[in-house]
Order: sequence, then structure tokens, then C-alpha cells
Amino acid sequence: MDLDDTPEQAAYRAQVRAWLNEHSPEAPILEGVDAISDEDELLSARRAWQGKLAEGGLAGVTWPKEYGGQGLGPIEQVICNQEIGKAHVPGILDAIGVGMLGPTIIAHGSDAQKSRYLGPMLHGDEVWCQLFSEPAAGSDLAAVQARARLNDDGSWRLSGQKVWTTNAQFASYGLLLARTDADVPKHKGLTMFIVPMDAPGVTVRGLRQISGEAEFNEVFFDDVALDGDAVVGGVGNGWGTALTTLMFERVTIGLGGEALGYNSDRFARAIAADEHARRDPEVRHKLGEIASELLAVRFTGYRTLTALQQGQIPGPEAGLAKVTIVNGAIKAGDLIADVLGPDALGPDSEWAYMISFLPGLKSAGGTEEILRNTVGERVLGLPPEPRLDKGIPFSELRSKEGSAA
Amino acid sequence: MNLSLSDEQVFLREAARGALSRFKTLEAARDALDGNSEAMPDLWPTAREAGWPGLLIDESHGGAGLDAFDAMLVLGECGRVLAGVALLGHLPATTILNDAPNASTELLAALADGEQRAAYLPTRPPDESIGDDWSGDPRSGLARAPIAVAAASGEAGHVTVSGSFSFVPDAPGADVLVGVAMLDGQPVGVLVMSDASGVEVEEVSRYDATRSLGHVSLADAPGVVLDAPQSSLAGAWHLAQALIAAESLGSVETALEVTTAYAKERYTFGRAIGSYQAVKHSLTEVLRQLENGRSLLYYAGWSRVGAPAEFPLAANAARSVGSRALDQAARTMIAVHGGIGATWEHDAPLYFRRAQLSRRLLGGTAAASDRVAGELILKA
Repeated sequence: MDLDDTPEQAAYRAQVRAWLNEHSPEAPILEGVDAISDEDELLSARRAWQGKLAEGGLAGVTWPKEYGGQGLGPIEQVICNQEIGKAHVPGILDAIGVGMLGPTIIAHGSDAQKSRYLGPMLHGDEVWCQLFSEPAAGSDLAAVQARARLNDDGSWRLSGQKVWTTNAQFASYGLLLARTDADVPKHKGLTMFIVPMDAPGVTVRGLRQISGEAEFNEVFFDDVALDGDAVVGGVGNGWGTALTTLMFERVTIGLGGEALGYNSDRFARAIAADEHARRDPEVRHKLGEIASELLAVRFTGYRTLTALQQGQIPGPEAGLAKVTIVNGAIKAGDLIADVLGPDALGPDSEWAYMISFLPGLKSAGGTEEILRNTVGERVLGLPPEPRLDKGIPFSELRSKEGSAA
Repeated sequence: MNLSLSDEQVFLREAARGALSRFKTLEAARDALDGNSEAMPDLWPTAREAGWPGLLIDESHGGAGLDAFDAMLVLGECGRVLAGVALLGHLPATTILNDAPNASTELLAALADGEQRAAYLPTRPPDESIGDDWSGDPRSGLARAPIAVAAASGEAGHVTVSGSFSFVPDAPGADVLVGVAMLDGQPVGVLVMSDASGVEVEEVSRYDATRSLGHVSLADAPGVVLDAPQSSLAGAWHLAQALIAAESLGSVETALEVTTAYAKERYTFGRAIGSYQAVKHSLTEVLRQLENGRSLLYYAGWSRVGAPAEFPLAANAARSVGSRALDQAARTMIAVHGGIGATWEHDAPLYFRRAQLSRRLLGGTAAASDRVAGELILKA
């Protein structure tokens, strides 16, 4: 049992560190007095930095070499992330594209799509967004209603709405799950498309959250024209293609839990800074219980890495770490606000931001309830709940739901 | 990065499971609660045969020279079947003796073999984050640890020890008692033979018949000062926390298995109760806590060797999570089984009794949580 690098991993780490030592001064500054404040300037600086990371081999670590990646494994990806964190420089701007959407195109896209889109994605020249969730299709993703209709000439017309779309406001392309056949059961009538975000009929609107900031968008599609070659993975195969993206999402979350910044050291520092709170038995008791669970997540991550190193893919149980992190952070925010009082909710307070962000995070990437269903069924082997949508054409299902409501 | 079990560790665990499966420990636990004091099987011969008493004693002294994580694997197997093997008291005691250059090699060899059995007199080490010391502040409330520090007087080497310790795991029948005493204001390790003058061990049975406990009273009992370092005296306490955590998580494993199996076969309103979200989610909550606890056992096992400064944090975090997980698992086991789960007919009450007593031993779970906070505040 050890947490040490193998000689090969140590050599890779040294190589990454050497590159960062040389190039860190070129990285954009995101925090502190020297931080870039102009949003457009910041965006172009981060794009340029992603390009440098890609040239240095620090982006697309797990992508095959033929698409500009390094052809390495998830362990090397984690080592790379760790070193970028230690160097206090930003990581890549388009983590969603490079981490989830690019790998989906690599797995399901045509040769033409791979050669057209992957290079600019990797280098940050074209940022991507994920257009899956809708107002009425989140946990039940296969219920998407965005509708793509085939024209006689083989092109498509797309109408509908997506939501919770990170980076849509500056993305060049989106990977979009649409319904192309409503007369078959819902998982079967779906198709994945590449959508240019500057196409006529695409409208992006920021969606403000509890904090007041807009980190997500809603995106509207009004009769948007798409070429026939916009389809990824074949017409009617959208669900299988989406599952690939979700698998990469799980790997990303499973390996990046602590990257959210919700860790025991940070919360303990807030308590330790208060002369009374640090000696108060009730505060200590609560802090100890919260911190113990968050410490566990760190080692759950190491267990996941061990499994990856042995060639296993993280299973759905990785979702439980997300439940622990989110609920632990909610309790920690509550405790810290109790200790600091209303100051914790001040406009510049890191805690106000965290406290505002967490209720939404509880649902992000699958609600806690759906995660617990999946883990209960796939890990414990418990029977699924009876479903009313199996084998029923989507159009019929919709009219049933309508009349039931 | 490698947190997988070695082949030897897998073998150790499988061998423990096999050895313990020869005993009807759960039936014995129920019989013992009914007042049959002869019901509990003596598992010490099994432990000796398997080499468990010497797990943490160096090979040069006749032990196996293994790590805390290996001991946790064995305790986990004991926990799975609620087996009362006297390792919780014995193993921490052997680490203090093993770390004392002046400890008798004959004694260490006898303890490694299991020919003699030791019990650890639990004394909580000071928490620097609140500036207390070994002799300090018997704290109250949730973080209480009703544990006295023995007092010694006399020449180093041979001393007399006084003090009293409540609910000491595995004290009845132990041949030697090992703990901490204050000598001229300094904490030292002490060894007292249990048949020495002034030693009284009163056997107590409390709520869970599988657990051997004793009140130990020392009145000017002759003892020997062990020149183990203070880190070893503190380490024994933290090791005990990690071991009881591992034992608790073993019990969680079986409680979850039994309850999950029942949720698949019991039907209401035409479907298996495990298909209802309310039941499914309560079982995944047990799994979540179990997985967190397992991860912390790895942390404790790794840190005791690889990062000793973090071992108090890791061991107490494991205790905090492991004890709460067992309470959750036992209550879920009862709830999912319905009324039968709360009766003598079922095993669930045995897990429940184990949970309630375990949470209050060795300073209590709340004190472990408090310690986690203390360790983090100290390095903040």
C-alpha cells in the first residue's frame, strides 16, 4: 500500500513540472491584485493559455496521439492536474470539451468530424458546450424534446430549448441531443448533433443563480438549419452516444472531487481563525464529523485511481463521493455561518458564494435522488422502480403525461 | 499509487473469515444475553493458531511484524460476525511493549504467541489544540473520556501504580496490563502483572454480551516503567480508535448484506420493498458511510507507516465515521426488516447492541470527532 509514483509516473511528473516551471510566467492571472478584470481579455488569455498547454502536451493527456493528444492514461491526467494545481496556474478553459465532448467525438464521430473539430477544440481556438439537459429533461435525460426534423435534401431543422449550459455564451460549437423520431420509445428516437453556436436562430441567455452570477445559460433554437453531416454517431443512436459522454463525465467528477475546493483543511482554517469557536465543544464536534467524511473522499479518490491503474473503469459508486462532498460542504457552510454570523453572508464573502452555490450543485450532474437510485440498483443490485415509459412511443407518452397532469 | 490489498493481505482476511466461520458467534451472543454465561466461545485459541496476537510485534520478538492495516483487516472479520476476540485490548498493549527497548523479550515472545494476553489501559493523549496535557482535564459532555491516568511513585524501573479505569476492553483474564502513568510529572508507559498485589479487575457485562469488559483498579500495584517514547503511548490510543473503527465497519458489511438481501425478497403492494426509493436510499446511505469508512481505514493504515504525523487525524476520522456507520446500519437493518427486526427472533438487535456500546467505549465516538477537529485546527 503506497501513494507513491511508479518510476514511469515520477518521470512523467518531472517532465510536466519542468514544462510548468518554464512556462508558468506566461499564464493568465485570475486572482489577486494583478488579476485580469476585463472579461473579454481574460477569455482570450485563457484561450491562449490552453493553446500553450496543448502544445506542451498538458491538454488532452488521454487523447490518442493522432488527434493531438498524448495517448496516456487517466493516472497521467491526474498527475498533470495535480502539477497544474501546485503551480498555481489555471488549467484548460474548455474542460467540458476536452474532457467529455472531444472523447465522445473520438469514439463516435466521422473521420471528417475528427479532423475538422478536434484540433481547434484541444487548442482552445473553438470552445464547446454540452447541450443535453432541458427544462423538462434532466435526471430523465432521454425525455428531451428539442426536435430535429429531416429535410428532403438530407439537412435538418432544429427547434427547442436547452438549459444549464456552461460556456455557451462564448462557445463556437455545441454537442446537442435532439429527438428525431417521436413515434418510437423515447431512448430510440434520439440523435446527437454538432451545432454551430453562431447559426441563425440560436439565442444564448445567461441564467442567474442564487449568488446573482450567471454561470450557466439557457439556449434557444428557433428553426436552426443543420447540415446532414452534423450528425454524430448515426441517426437514432443518440442515446448510446450520450452515454459515452456521461461515462467521461463520471470519470471527470470521480477524479476531480477535491478540485471543487470543498475540503476539510479549508473549513478547519475558518474555524481555527476564531479564538472562541476553535475551543467550543459543539463547534468542534460538528467540524470533526464533517471533516471526517470529507477526508474520506480524498482516499476514495486514491482508491479510484488504484482501480483505474489496474484498468478498471470507475463504477456508479463514484457518485456517492459527490453526495458526501456536497452535503459535507452544505453542513460546513452552515457551521461557518453560525460562527461568523451575518458577515459570512457579506457580498465579498467566499462563504456567501459557496452557500449560494451548493443548493444547485446538489442537482448538478444528476440529482442526489437519481444517484442513489443508480447506486442502489447497479451496486447493491436492488430492483428498479416500476416504470411507466418502457416500450411506449414518445409521442404517446407525452400525451399521456399531458392528460394525467 | 497502490491501495489494493496485497496477496498476503487477501489471504489474511480470507483465513480469518474461514477460521471464525467455524463458530456460531451470533447464536452465542443471543444465548449469552439470555444469561447463559458459558455461551460465548473462547476464540483465543483460534487467534493463537492464526498468529493474530503477534500481528504488531516485531519478527525479532517472535511476532509477525505486520502493519496496523493488517490488524484492521482481522478486526473487520471479527466485526462481521460479532466475534469477541480479545484483540482490541491486546494489540494496542503490544505496540507499547514492542516500542520499549527494556521490555522483557520473554514476555514479548509469550504475548506474540498468545500464551499470555495483554490488555491496554486506555488513556487519551493530550490535544495540543486546546493546550491540555496527559494529566489534564477530564473533559465532560460529549467529548468525555472517563479515563483516569495512573499515578506512579518510586525509582524508575520499579514503581507502584495507582488509578482506576472503567470499561477496559478485554481486561478480564488478561495476564498483563499496559498503560500510561504520570511519573514525576512525565508520562511513562507502565506494565503491571494482573496477579500483582493491589490489582483488581472486576468483570462487567454491559448491553452487548459479545464484548468482554472490566473495571480495573490499581492501588499501589507494583509495576515496571516501559521506556517507550511518548509517541508510542499516544499511538496506542489512536491505534485502538482505528481498530474499533475497523471492527465496526466489518459489522456494517454484514448488516448491509443481510438487509439488502431481505429488501430483494420481501414484497409489499406487489413489488420488492428494495424497489421503493425510501428503502433503496436508506440502504445506499449505509453503503455511502461504509465506503467512506473503508477509505479512512486505508488512510489510517497508510499514514501509520507513511505519514505518522497524520495517523491521529486518520485514526480518529475512521472512528468517527465507522461508529456512526454502524449505528446507521443497525437502525436501517431494524427498520427495513419491520417489526421482526426489533425482536429477539432476529439478529438485528445484536448489531444494534454492538453499535450502542461500541460508540461509547474508548473515550466515545464524539471524542474522536472532537480530536479530528483538534488535529485540523492545530495545523490550520
